[in-house]
Amino acid sequence: MWSTLCTLPIALFLSLALANRRYMGRNLLNAVVHLPLVLPPVVTGYALLIFFGRQGAIGAWLADSFGIVLAFKWTGAVLAASVMSLPLMVRPIVLSLEATDTRLNAAAATLGASRLLIFLTITLPLAAPGLLAATVLGFAKSLGEFGATVTFVANIPGETRTLPNAIYTQLQIPGAENAVLQLAVLSVVLSLVALLLAEWLGWRLNRRVHGQ
Amino acid sequence: MTLKVQLRRQLVSFKLSVDFECKPGITALFGRSGCGKTSLINQIAGLMKPDSGRIVVDEQVLYDSALAIDVATRKRRIGYVFQDARLFPHMSVESNLRYGEWLTTKSNRYVKMHTVVELLALGPLLTRRPANLSGGERQRVAIARALLCSPRILLMDEPLSALDGARKRDIIPYLERLRDEMQIPIVYVSHALEEVARLADTVVLLHDGQQQAVGAPENVLTRLDLRAHTGRYQASSLIPATVQSHRTEFAVSILQTAAGSLIAAQIDKPIGSKVRLRLRARDISIAKKPLENSSLRNQLRGVIVDISEEEGAFAEVLLQLPDKTVLLVRVARINLEMLDLHPGDTAFALIKTAALDRAAVL
Repeated sequence: MWSTLCTLPIALFLSLALANRRYMGRNLLNAVVHLPLVLPPVVTGYALLIFFGRQGAIGAWLADSFGIVLAFKWTGAVLAASVMSLPLMVRPIVLSLEATDTRLNAAAATLGASRLLIFLTITLPLAAPGLLAATVLGFAKSLGEFGATVTFVANIPGETRTLPNAIYTQLQIPGAENAVLQLAVLSVVLSLVALLLAEWLGWRLNRRVHGQ
Repeated sequence: MTLKVQLRRQLVSFKLSVDFECKPGITALFGRSGCGKTSLINQIAGLMKPDSGRIVVDEQVLYDSALAIDVATRKRRIGYVFQDARLFPHMSVESNLRYGEWLTTKSNRYVKMHTVVELLALGPLLTRRPANLSGGERQRVAIARALLCSPRILLMDEPLSALDGARKRDIIPYLERLRDEMQIPIVYVSHALEEVARLADTVVLLHDGQQQAVGAPENVLTRLDLRAHTGRYQASSLIPATVQSHRTEFAVSILQTAAGSLIAAQIDKPIGSKVRLRLRARDISIAKKPLENSSLRNQLRGVIVDISEEEGAFAEVLLQLPDKTVLLVRVARINLEMLDLHPGDTAFALIKTAALDRAAVL
């Protein structure tokens, strides 16, 4: 949940940087954003440990200046889930931004709108279905994220035990099949509700945007 | 308010180069598709940058290459009606209309919502979405939206071209009211002679980006030397006239022109209203002396100013009327020879009332 909320603005910002433009470094940025999608999650987790760990370059600075420690904390789990879901969120947003009709921007400009206002009143509402799709994908990915999380923040009960982590733990204990089943059902229900909700919201949004 | 445009810009296959002035009323940019009309108004709106030139509204310079002035589109206060309407699909008609009004400083607002809604008959449409509007309704909303940002100039890019004949006829009266009631210059892009002849006060004729002529439609559209650009099949003249009286018992109207009165099929315009008559060259005959005892009573006296040199059976004669407007007349060359008519001679144009039907009165 936190992960999705934190990632949405970042994903939107990155998508803006990636949509409709060609410039030096764009491909590099694109590749870096999409890296967690193809890299083994363990490698992503390890990279996070290196950069954001207590001794890591960014992690040490965060701890010294703000007293924020991410490694082996629930906030670290949020970071891991964010990084992993970023590429899945950026993709639909870029597509929906590129699909908005730029001729409408010219029309809004002749009516006196500034670029920021055009973005807020025209581009963003028209790209809303894409943002919603991104949110759902990001949320689903965060729920299921396992590899990077377990590598970066381990599996500490009450702190960094995510749903997949818990299932994995229970699987290690002989005779805990019942608990595993309960958790698995919970995970299916959560995902199903999220997907149905998204479907319904998307249908309503589309109707509003296209004015049927 | 006056708009002065003087600019140059290299386009893909030719160079755009114009210099004209627009006063309140409709100035038509007329020319074939692809002659640079849309590029030109995009530059007036600030959506495209000229290579060099100057655009001035009253005393305010909007663009000047020499002074490095280039006012942003949103600050130009120029309304733009796009060919494809470009309504915001996620907003209701009313929100579309409010959008520009909301962005206009209160002190600059001179157009009222209810005035525009009434002018363009939008009342029943306000709660609808653009997706549920017909093409004609969409254009009316687009015009209203542009007006509600209280523009100093209104640009219209072929607002009728996406509509079929019946829809066009529905919208034209609105455009006429717009022209007569809004005291602002309207730049109207079109490649349709009919629309230009009916609506325009001034015509700027463009060909491959070059300004060929500027002037009143009755002068520009009938010039023989410009026929290559205005289109030969259209060969016709435009004569300004005033409705003088109606003879209901014969179902005719008497129209007064500078060269004399004409009898036309009855039209439903009030006495005193100004109209333009579109006379096709092949509907007019020519005579050396006025005819007597003939059913042909529409006879206008003029002076022959030009006779086209042609190989075929017909020649085109340009007859100048006392008010300097010209009539284009299509005559068999053999008859010209028999009548011994030459440039400089006085002659009479004979127009059948049947040629002055409703379609001929614009």
